[in-house]
Amino acid sequence: MKLPRWFHLFGSPPFVYRLAGALIPWLGGIACTLLIVGAYWSLVVVPPDAVQGEVYRILYIHPQTAYVSMMAYVVMAVTAGIGYIWRIKLAHAVAVSAAPIGASFTACALVSGSLWGRPTWGTYWEWGDPRIMFETLLLFLFLSYLALRAAFEDRDKADRVSAILAVVGVVNVPIIHYSVLWWNTLHQGPTISKLDSPSMATEFLIPFLIMMAGFTFCFYWLLLSRLRAEIVERERDTRWLQDALQGGRA
Amino acid sequence: MKRAFFAILQRDLQIAFRRVSEIANPLLFFIIVASLFPLAVSPDSEHLRGIGGGVLWVVALLSSLLALEGLFRADAEDGSLEQLMLSPVPLGVAVLAKVTAHWLVTIVPLVLLTPVLALSFALPVGVLPVMAFALLLATPTLSVLVALGAALTLGLRRGGAIVGLLVLPLTAPLLIFGTRAIDLGVYGESVAAPLYLLAALAALAVSLGPVAIAAALRVGVE
Amino acid sequence: MTNEGRGLRAEDVAIWRGDRCLFESLNFELRPGQLALLVGPNGAGKTSLLRVLAGLASPTVGRVSWQGTAVDALPPELRGAIAYRGHLDGLKKDLTVAENLHFFAAIWGGTADLSLLVELKLEAQAHTRARHLSAGQRRRAALVSLRVAASPVWILDEPMTNLDAEGRAIVMRWLTEHLASGGCAIVATHQPKDFERPGALVIEL
Repeated sequence: MKLPRWFHLFGSPPFVYRLAGALIPWLGGIACTLLIVGAYWSLVVVPPDAVQGEVYRILYIHPQTAYVSMMAYVVMAVTAGIGYIWRIKLAHAVAVSAAPIGASFTACALVSGSLWGRPTWGTYWEWGDPRIMFETLLLFLFLSYLALRAAFEDRDKADRVSAILAVVGVVNVPIIHYSVLWWNTLHQGPTISKLDSPSMATEFLIPFLIMMAGFTFCFYWLLLSRLRAEIVERERDTRWLQDALQGGRA
Repeated sequence: MKRAFFAILQRDLQIAFRRVSEIANPLLFFIIVASLFPLAVSPDSEHLRGIGGGVLWVVALLSSLLALEGLFRADAEDGSLEQLMLSPVPLGVAVLAKVTAHWLVTIVPLVLLTPVLALSFALPVGVLPVMAFALLLATPTLSVLVALGAALTLGLRRGGAIVGLLVLPLTAPLLIFGTRAIDLGVYGESVAAPLYLLAALAALAVSLGPVAIAAALRVGVE
Repeated sequence: MTNEGRGLRAEDVAIWRGDRCLFESLNFELRPGQLALLVGPNGAGKTSLLRVLAGLASPTVGRVSWQGTAVDALPPELRGAIAYRGHLDGLKKDLTVAENLHFFAAIWGGTADLSLLVELKLEAQAHTRARHLSAGQRRRAALVSLRVAASPVWILDEPMTNLDAEGRAIVMRWLTEHLASGGCAIVATHQPKDFERPGALVIEL
């Protein structure tokens, strides 16, 4: 399959290295601003919830991290798939950079979820909850991807093998998601959750969305920072990189 | 292509029957691990009935992991895998033939054994056919997944534990549908829904799985 | 010139192992009926190159094509065009020599001609499992696949290893017949003198 020309520009390490370098401060600035504003808004400005009190404020962290964790998996699988099909090394580099960030966000979602679960359900860990189950399995998928990569010494092989796993994984993610949901409705576990409420008052919604955007920018900020490091690692013997690094120091 | 499929199937069956111990090991593992549960949990039949279905499913999962983990290793080591890749046979077809052969010799006996073990776990007799049928529908998917794990780790000196890491998270839907069928069966309700879902997954795995496995094998032999 | 691009063609091929470049900018074309000899010291990348030419591995840089299509993505009608005999026999040790031969035939779409075993002096071992053959006998048995497959391209990695004078003579005879019938072959060897003939291409790594 033929790719448009601009696509090849994104396969060029020097271009992406410089582009990422230019974008990182912006992304970082936007992410930090949004997160600080959002945190102040959600922790101080909005009033406590009538039913749940202060606990509900996890709503401003937990769904966002869970959302980013899923987005990270999709980013990882799509870039790995592009890298495999069109043999673009840089796409593999993006996938590798996304994996640990995704795993961390998944872990954050699990931890924040269980901190919310303690006062609400009376337990840190509720096996019956489909979202906990799903996030746990997602964490396993990230970890198995990283474990497979780590097992290979040859980077090129690691790239291609782990790409196949990521693509198979992303086909499985919806199946796992729906099977877990279905499993839950049959087991009739505790599904009462404030997070599911379909309508949210505007005053709660605005900080919710700010935090959502903040975490999304944060993900891409981290992704590009890791990607730059990954490019340095992969291209360490090339002239352009040595020139770029020296130029940066001068 | 049909001729090639059956030639590979026949060859792998022939080799398997000449090395019977390799078929027997996963079966023995299955029986032994299942027998450990009453020791570890409780010999009380009420208790065993509660966990029996789930235990047998998980142990069946682990046994098939053990059985198929080395599916491609021998072929890679003696060079017959690279010959297969160069032959006119599409690699996906060859993969499907190999997985089918190993499913027939290692997984089907395991499925046949499950009702016997289920009885020892005090599961009601009426649920045994459901359980066997659910396993029969789930194991093709399972075999494809384990074969994928085996193919992904082919380039490594040892597959072993990492295959489990790769495959087990992906088997969650099988476990959910499979044990659900048993639960529904125990309560005398219709088991059609989970069985249909297992069949759908099997269709998906058998049609798309060999493509992914073939891709992984190509990287593996390099 | 009509044969341009019809043979086995390597364009600007480079192979890296890890951070080390084995060779680069390798260009050649092997036309029907032509023999290429691949020579070079141990570790020069002969086996790596042969695997790339066979389509079993991909080059770090460059492209290898057979009749204009990349060897690692041959269309169905061209699949099986390349026969590769590497260091591994490709025999199943738990099957007999005859069973292995029948299997090759089924896979490659030919007929299992047991007289090949007579030619290879393996008729007495036809019903012996490959496990119990000597290294030289296994090597001979493995050669059978070349005749069953009838591929136009032969890629042979040190084909004389473990073979006695008689075995080497068989390889030579088959190779000559193969080239005469319009096939091409590339052979990695430490004894290029054994294979030399007019028009042979010598690739030094």
